[in-house]
Amino acid sequence: MLDIIFKIALVGFSLSSLILLIRVIKGPSVPDRVVALDAMGINLAAITALVSMILNTSAYLDVILLFGILSFIGTIAFSKFLEKGEIIENERRN
Amino acid sequence: MNESAEVVAGAFIFIGTLICLISSVGLVRLPDVYTRSHAASKSSTLGVLAILIGTQLYFLISEGYFSIRLILGIIFVFLTAPVAAHVICRAAYRANVPLTETSAEDELKDYFESNKQELSKTEMKNE
Repeated sequence: MLDIIFKIALVGFSLSSLILLIRVIKGPSVPDRVVALDAMGINLAAITALVSMILNTSAYLDVILLFGILSFIGTIAFSKFLEKGEIIENERRN
Repeated sequence: MNESAEVVAGAFIFIGTLICLISSVGLVRLPDVYTRSHAASKSSTLGVLAILIGTQLYFLISEGYFSIRLILGIIFVFLTAPVAAHVICRAAYRANVPLTETSAEDELKDYFESNKQELSKTEMKNE
């Protein structure tokens, strides 16, 4: 019973990532693509959780936390680049 | 693993999958960046949180294993996904990405313009 649900959920998440990929490819502006990529990263974390349940191991659980952190840092860096044109500001403005 | 616990974990996982699918459909069908980010941040976060809680329940019930890392992941995703959506929306607005045609009014625009005028005035004074 639970195995079937895992497989349905995996197919659903793959479909969802595919739909997000459409938005990444044809998104008219850059923020569109960033939003879609962020959602894809979080989807990937959920897929990792599902795979770790299917393989019945708890070794992949810190990968979920890692995916969350990396997706957040990537989105923040990209939005700062869009807003100010650079990610780490060297000169201090007074 | 007893039957009722299996039903609870399975229900969490199934509902999370459904919500994530709906959110991705919203990302394709909605008209501009802001509505898309609305769909992506809220429902995608909720769906993934449901999946992660289902995972936590599954490991707790089947093996009696309580994962601190997974709890940390849940809290982290819950805290950061809305913040990321907020920041990317603000960057999009500052980069003049247009709103959809059907939006009725843009209150932030007046605020931005008055702010810009005040900024230029103070810069003139400083110079």
